[in-house]
Amino acid sequence: MGCCVASGEAVADEMPDSVALPEVQVTAKRRFDEVIPAQRLDGEALQRLNSNSVADALRYFSGVQVKDYGGVGGIKTVNVRSMGTNHTGVVYDGIALGNAQNGQIDLGQFSLDNVEEISLYNGQKSDILQPARDFGNAGAVYMRTRTPKFSVGKSYNARALLRSGSFDLLNPAALVELKLSESVNASLSAEWVSSSGKYRFRYRRVTPTGDVAYDTTAVRQNGDIEAMRAELNLNGTFSNGEWHLKGYHYNSERGIPGAIVNNVWRRGERQWDNNSFIQGSFSRDFDRFSTLWNAKYAFYRTHYVNNDDRQMAVDNLYRQREFYISTANRFRIMRFWHVSLSYDFQWNTLSSDMRDFARPDRYTHLLSVATALNLPQVKLQGSVLGTFIRDYAEGKRMPYRNALTPALYASVVPVRGFRPLELRAFFKQSFRMPTFNDLYYADMGNSRLDPERVTQYNVGAVVQANSSKGFWRGWRGSVDAYINNVRNKIVAYPKGQQFRWTMLNLGKVRIKGVDVAASVTVNPVSTLELTLRGQYTFQEAIDITDPLDSYYRDQIPYIPRHSGSVVANASWRGWGLNYSFIYVGERYNQQENIIYNYTEPWYTSDVSVSKDLRINGIGIRVLVEVNNLLSQDYDVIANYPMPKRNFRATLTVDI
Amino acid sequence: MVAASFLLLGCRGDSLVIPAEQNRVGDVDPDSPVAGFYLLNEGNMGSNKCTLDFYDYSTGVYWRNIYAEMNPGVVKELGDVGNDIKVYGSKVYAVINCSHKVEVLDALTGIRIGQIDIPNCRYIQFHNGKAYVSSYVGPVQINPKAPKGMVYEIDTESLAVTRTVTVGYQPEEMAIIDGYLYVANSGGYREPDYDNTVSVVDLESFRQVRLIPVAINLHRLRADGKGRLWVNSRGNHADIPSRLLMLERGGGEFRLSETFPFPCSNFTIHGNRLYFFSAEWNEDTQNNSVGYGVIDLDTLELLTDNFITDGTERKIAVPYGLAVNPANGDIFLTDARNYVSSGTLYCFSPEGKCKWSVRTGDIPSSIAFMEKGN
Repeated sequence: MGCCVASGEAVADEMPDSVALPEVQVTAKRRFDEVIPAQRLDGEALQRLNSNSVADALRYFSGVQVKDYGGVGGIKTVNVRSMGTNHTGVVYDGIALGNAQNGQIDLGQFSLDNVEEISLYNGQKSDILQPARDFGNAGAVYMRTRTPKFSVGKSYNARALLRSGSFDLLNPAALVELKLSESVNASLSAEWVSSSGKYRFRYRRVTPTGDVAYDTTAVRQNGDIEAMRAELNLNGTFSNGEWHLKGYHYNSERGIPGAIVNNVWRRGERQWDNNSFIQGSFSRDFDRFSTLWNAKYAFYRTHYVNNDDRQMAVDNLYRQREFYISTANRFRIMRFWHVSLSYDFQWNTLSSDMRDFARPDRYTHLLSVATALNLPQVKLQGSVLGTFIRDYAEGKRMPYRNALTPALYASVVPVRGFRPLELRAFFKQSFRMPTFNDLYYADMGNSRLDPERVTQYNVGAVVQANSSKGFWRGWRGSVDAYINNVRNKIVAYPKGQQFRWTMLNLGKVRIKGVDVAASVTVNPVSTLELTLRGQYTFQEAIDITDPLDSYYRDQIPYIPRHSGSVVANASWRGWGLNYSFIYVGERYNQQENIIYNYTEPWYTSDVSVSKDLRINGIGIRVLVEVNNLLSQDYDVIANYPMPKRNFRATLTVDI
Repeated sequence: MVAASFLLLGCRGDSLVIPAEQNRVGDVDPDSPVAGFYLLNEGNMGSNKCTLDFYDYSTGVYWRNIYAEMNPGVVKELGDVGNDIKVYGSKVYAVINCSHKVEVLDALTGIRIGQIDIPNCRYIQFHNGKAYVSSYVGPVQINPKAPKGMVYEIDTESLAVTRTVTVGYQPEEMAIIDGYLYVANSGGYREPDYDNTVSVVDLESFRQVRLIPVAINLHRLRADGKGRLWVNSRGNHADIPSRLLMLERGGGEFRLSETFPFPCSNFTIHGNRLYFFSAEWNEDTQNNSVGYGVIDLDTLELLTDNFITDGTERKIAVPYGLAVNPANGDIFLTDARNYVSSGTLYCFSPEGKCKWSVRTGDIPSSIAFMEKGN
């Protein structure tokens, strides 16, 4: 289902400018109309990476920082090119996931089991037949779940999976796919995860003379999780069109392990999440005209409790609802020239049992116009998105917040007849609305906030070649340089005394970055295939709010100047070996780049071995993973220790 | 292979003990009866960045973040959110709120003597060889959602808790007069039903003998040299404003005698002067409005509404800590800036001119002067 956006045409027009290599599929495939292809992980490559969740897999993309509070249940959010988590859209099977309360999507909640492909777009997905909302992100992660495929004469597929390992992890999952008719199929996938979240971590310091000052190992507490996910998909096709319907339910209970500080090794915060949505899409091509309709209704319930009897007792319930409908329409003027018009309407509301809660409602209208030119050597796309937002809070009508944000994408094949080399560039403006928390949270929210704005400039080049035989099966290299300006950044500002805060449009951040990625696949003997992939990101992301600030021109918190990863993969007669290395350079955990805010670099090595068997038509896969092989002690977020070496084994049976 | 060379990088260099830094300030006064002062930086909650600074009048050097170097063996250093610091006898006591402990150091060397575990501890006061520590968390009894607070009594020799007494809701500062302990109760966890009382605890029986109704959300509580108690109310940040209040004996017992018509965030008493400041958020200007005042304790008149006379107040974002050097009357004021970056300590002459300023840790809050001969 998933790629509803590219819909009908995607299947037919997927440009085979690269032969999809079964093992290397990062950015190998290109969808129709995509001016700048996404970074993409799919298929085997995705399955073999040692990843717990979608968030873990995103660490292999360039330009991305993943915030990870540690463990199976710890919150994991993604920040693309240092613009902030709230600027990153997350799209699940064609429709954006929302969180109007705080704008953060916890990608730790999405397991990789039924995700077939993850794509990361800088700026927007450069496809013009898409919902207006998709034109609005500064960066976007698209997750696509498995599409049922039936071999000849087969009317069902079934898969059962059992995963177990460190942290008392137990994770059974099942998937059933049914071919209901030639044009309709269904899939049901369900998963249950349970983990104590207990892992050993270590803090150690030495004196300048080399003596151990302290060296302590403890067990992470209150990081337990129990979660279940169930998902039902119905997919159908008809002449020149298709439709999809999805029901999704996730519920979890987890402990929030909290910061490890002196004399505190356990906390008492717990959270229950109950997230459900139904979404559907319909697309159809007429002669020159294509249309795509999407709709969604979501209900999120979060229950937060602080049981720590040494602290203030808190017990709050939040309920969020979202209704969304979108129509996207594309018209072909000439064979190489398309225009599109999309309109989305979205309604969000948040209620809570907190005292004096503002109960905000938000009505969002989005209108986009876009055009695409596909010439032999040049591809161009331009779009303008108008966003019109009105909130109602405490029964009062708030003023409209409007924004007009343009984007321009171009790619050029500079040497005629030499398609492997391509140059590309984009310019994009985008903004993020203040969240309900920013605007209305108890004493802290500030209803006068303006949207936070980002302008991005990017230039880059990609060179690639693939072949279906010979030693060199494929190689690819790309480099992009960019400048992003964030203004009106929403920051917490102290209000009077005693840690009361308010939110203000105070910050200015300038980001200069370079993303480099390369991959190569070789086939030394017919049964052996080796793949090596690497990516490196340089980012200077500095605070330029006010020359009088002590952190003026300092690197913003938690953005490393240098980061990267290397993945090596070998497959031979059903065996698979994967080694991955991730490096995140030194960072500062607060605004000032001083020694007291210094956070050390971390780098981990993960290894996995898999074996595929086929017995009497039943496919069996065994996967064993070792993560943090060298048992490095590190924090991604200061005072949130990450696990030492840990293990996982997965058994998958396909019939 | 590239991957193999990365493997070799697997062992990372050691993390060193957090080093102290020094700034030569130059305000040398070797003859002063005050040897120096400790300044406790709170550090934002969850950051574990409560740090301890020391100013040495014999050398004029400001030492920043000395705790880890003096006590390298303490796991995760001084802790999370330091709330109060005082010197008593030869020891210095730092109340570390979110690390749920009182840290006891040797005042001369800064070397740790021990710690006393007290949950959600707030402030400390001393009397006759005993320390009294207020704590937000009392016994979980009738209503576990809103437990009353407690005061712990600690023997300063053995560092053992000797007695406890239940007081009002979320108690803050304390003062001791004539064998009675007075405790400002805030009720901050019960918003909007704040507490509005001062608890009176008989130190002999260690029982709460009375509750004096004063004003909501009390915080600072100090005795002046004239047998009176001064307390500030933080108001409710909405329709009830912050106020400075005075309690006097009437018929043998303390009662509210004066409510001053201006807000007060923090104050300190030196001789017959009460220095205070207020910082209140102004919704219209989207700014903090700040005032710095002095009250004459003989006449109860407001001597000035700005004790800073050289314009330095324009540099101060969020005034936070306030103290006066008992020997020379220099006024110390800290700026917590945005709470998540280094603060600044300003030293003003008694005339209100800035003598020097220095960078501190995050959220510089309380100052404890160390007199010589301790």
